[in-house]
Amino acid sequence: MKKEIPLAITFITGLIIIVTFFIPHQPLGTMQQRLLLWYSIVLGFTMLLGMDSLLRSNIRKIAKRSPGWPFALVLIIGFLGTLIVGIYTWATSESLLSLGSSFMYVYTYFIIPLQATMFSLLAFFIASAAYRAFRARTMEATLLLITAAIVMLGRVPIGAEIWDKFPLIQDWIMEVPQMAAKRGIVIGVALGTIAMSLRVILGLERTYLT
Amino acid sequence: MKFFEKIANIDSRIIYLLLFIVVLIPVAFKLVLPVRVSEPVQAAYDSIEKLPEGSVILFSVDYDASSAPEIQPMLLATLRHAFSKKHKVLLLGQWALGLPFGEIGLNEIAPQFDAKYGMDYVNLGYRPGYRAQMVGMGREIRDFFASDYKGTPVDSIPLMQGIHNYNDIDLLVGLEAGQAGDEWIQFAGARYGLNIIIGATGVIAPDMFHYLQAKQIKGLMGGLQGAAEYETLVKHSGTGIAGMVAQSYAHLLLLGFILIGNVGYFVIRRRKQA
Amino acid sequence: MKKLFMVLTLACLMSPARALEPPADVKAVDTPNDEGSSITVSWGRSPQDQGDATVFKGYQVLRAENANGPFAEVGFVICGKSDFRDNVESHKNYYYQVRAIAFSDSSQAIAAGPATATAQWFDSSRGNVLILTIIICFLIIWYIERAKKGEELFIRKIQGLDAIDEAVGRSTELGKPIMFSFGLGEIKDIVTVAALAILRQVAVRCAQHGTELLVPNWDPLVMAAAQETVQQAYSEPGRPDLYKEGNVSFLTSDQFGYAAGVDGMMLRQKPGAVFFMGYFYAEALLMSETGHSIGAIQIAGTTAITQLPFFIASCDYTLIGEEMLAASCYLKRDPQLLGSLKGEDFIKAFLIIGFALMAVWGTAGYILNNAGNPWMMDIFQAVKNWFITG
Repeated sequence: MKKEIPLAITFITGLIIIVTFFIPHQPLGTMQQRLLLWYSIVLGFTMLLGMDSLLRSNIRKIAKRSPGWPFALVLIIGFLGTLIVGIYTWATSESLLSLGSSFMYVYTYFIIPLQATMFSLLAFFIASAAYRAFRARTMEATLLLITAAIVMLGRVPIGAEIWDKFPLIQDWIMEVPQMAAKRGIVIGVALGTIAMSLRVILGLERTYLT
Repeated sequence: MKFFEKIANIDSRIIYLLLFIVVLIPVAFKLVLPVRVSEPVQAAYDSIEKLPEGSVILFSVDYDASSAPEIQPMLLATLRHAFSKKHKVLLLGQWALGLPFGEIGLNEIAPQFDAKYGMDYVNLGYRPGYRAQMVGMGREIRDFFASDYKGTPVDSIPLMQGIHNYNDIDLLVGLEAGQAGDEWIQFAGARYGLNIIIGATGVIAPDMFHYLQAKQIKGLMGGLQGAAEYETLVKHSGTGIAGMVAQSYAHLLLLGFILIGNVGYFVIRRRKQA
Repeated sequence: MKKLFMVLTLACLMSPARALEPPADVKAVDTPNDEGSSITVSWGRSPQDQGDATVFKGYQVLRAENANGPFAEVGFVICGKSDFRDNVESHKNYYYQVRAIAFSDSSQAIAAGPATATAQWFDSSRGNVLILTIIICFLIIWYIERAKKGEELFIRKIQGLDAIDEAVGRSTELGKPIMFSFGLGEIKDIVTVAALAILRQVAVRCAQHGTELLVPNWDPLVMAAAQETVQQAYSEPGRPDLYKEGNVSFLTSDQFGYAAGVDGMMLRQKPGAVFFMGYFYAEALLMSETGHSIGAIQIAGTTAITQLPFFIASCDYTLIGEEMLAASCYLKRDPQLLGSLKGEDFIKAFLIIGFALMAVWGTAGYILNNAGNPWMMDIFQAVKNWFITG
């Protein structure tokens, strides 16, 4: 029974979602929307689960003085500090995100620079990965290399300054061969998703059940 | 041989340092290059340009601080265009931590065109559960946004009188750093026929081309280049245009590294074969 | 000449201004394919409506429950548009009036109705999706049934999945832990369910070799599923004692916070092998380049097409799109699961042939159409239109 009940719930829910897609009549018409709302509510509560896991594992690290425990301490201080400022702003300001509120101070001077820094690292990592990966080892790799060079030049204004056809060739590459390859993968993924969903609904795929 | 081995395996830190310098110099000295406008961005511009005065445009701020350098210039340029054409602006966000960027954008652009809060524009704020929201707004916006981001009831806002669902919205400008763009197209576009233009990060933009080709979106701004092109169209230079020189030089540097790496690789391979 | 000019001026002044013409052919009908909550009012645009908002404002839509009124405004539609969807109660009669509005003038109101909103039991605009769903499901189930009867099925090698044992083995030899990331996938994403199957395989191998497994999570629900998967996988070879709950933990729901957390763990704990399985965004390269810098063997798999090039550049093996979704079938080699893959392949072959035929047909149709013979183009357009969801 431990497996049969979840499998039955999966089957019925899957079937409802498929059927209600084609039936606008109430109460079936808004069923999908209602299930999505339930999902959002459940997700909200699971954040507590996440917080519990985060705090417990980091407090354990500090208590045991595990390697890198000062990082865990910074995390706990950051977590509690943001929580306190958030609650204070919520109690005293008209909106948590109103410009000039205490939470916005944390947002502007901590969260924005931290997030922007992490994202900007991507430029450096793309550079090192591209340098390593773009080697003309084979005919295909050479074609990929030439295409990448044209797209990189065509995407920025200096490309048009070098040769005014670069942006046009770049547009064509993005719109024709790039799209064709991408569509091929998308169709494969879509079919794979349908097959996998069917396996889940029919109870053949049970790896998510433990 | 050693020299070629070195150039075939340059230390990543050298690449990082040179890239940093190449990006820093044009930004510090505010160098500018002319920007060519591509068709997808022109189409996005035309979608706003051709709307009759007083049309309602919904802006969805679906990004946060990390991608703001790329997308915020798009928000500013499209807001500038919308207000200059005397369109009405509704703004909401699907990323809780991105919403302040919408508010910053409105506060910066609206006063330049004498647009008044509640009359010409409204910030509806953020509500969790965006899929249910996107579907539900097709019936009634108030089911999800009963009040604006400050808690003012939507029914007491003059602009919102007569705006109930996608029927009353003429265009959606989706500014996307994640999956919300696909969802807008799937739910608001395909299901309710809402006209959509998308502004997306450079990473997300290639994913949007098939929607553009299938005419499921009317126009597309991709990455900082897209922002720079829109700024060119609205004739107001912002951080998009300013970033283009840095991006140009960074691409050139990268091509240089790839070239050097390949020279080293070929020399080593030839010598090994010999 | 002067006289003629005066006569013309007078004539212009004396003739009445051209009155604003009302919208023509106003209709109110039940909105098709909905839950019975709206009526669609449509009209022919007034001749003065040229889409220029500086001259012509739009249309006022009024509604009443009786033919004689009173009518109240329910909506205003800007110029250039010719329909309005009104939210109403179902099974009730409504009457409508539509009036053209310019800046200094408004037209006579044109009435329509009564109309009643009723719910439909089938969304006819989705008939095409229904037919395709039935065909696809039928074919997949057909092949599953054939596989059940014992038919031999072939599956090609997927290097990324074969390399799992190698990666775990190498890590064990080096005495290093193994890291597994689901990226930013949620539990409702089918790719995350597929990743759980791979995690199970990795966890079983880790338990067999006694290797530590770290699973930092972005989504608390995925974390809960991962904890159970790993716990059960550890009991399979009889090593439940090795399972540490703290190793499958939640980091943060912030994209770059998560990337920073994973990078930090990699740099501090130096895993010998890293698995990136699930849905990824821009954090993909931030994590996989860090993994590369510490010399870990890296295996990635995702359906996020934009991230595939990054993984290919920085990882040793990458499962591309559907390979990822076929993982559980490949690892288990269960004939029923393999049957579903065969069904998928059959549909793909059918689609490839279909696309090729339509491309040739469309091209020929275009050429013939230009020569004045539209029949092929008409069929092509009809097929194309059928595929467009309503």
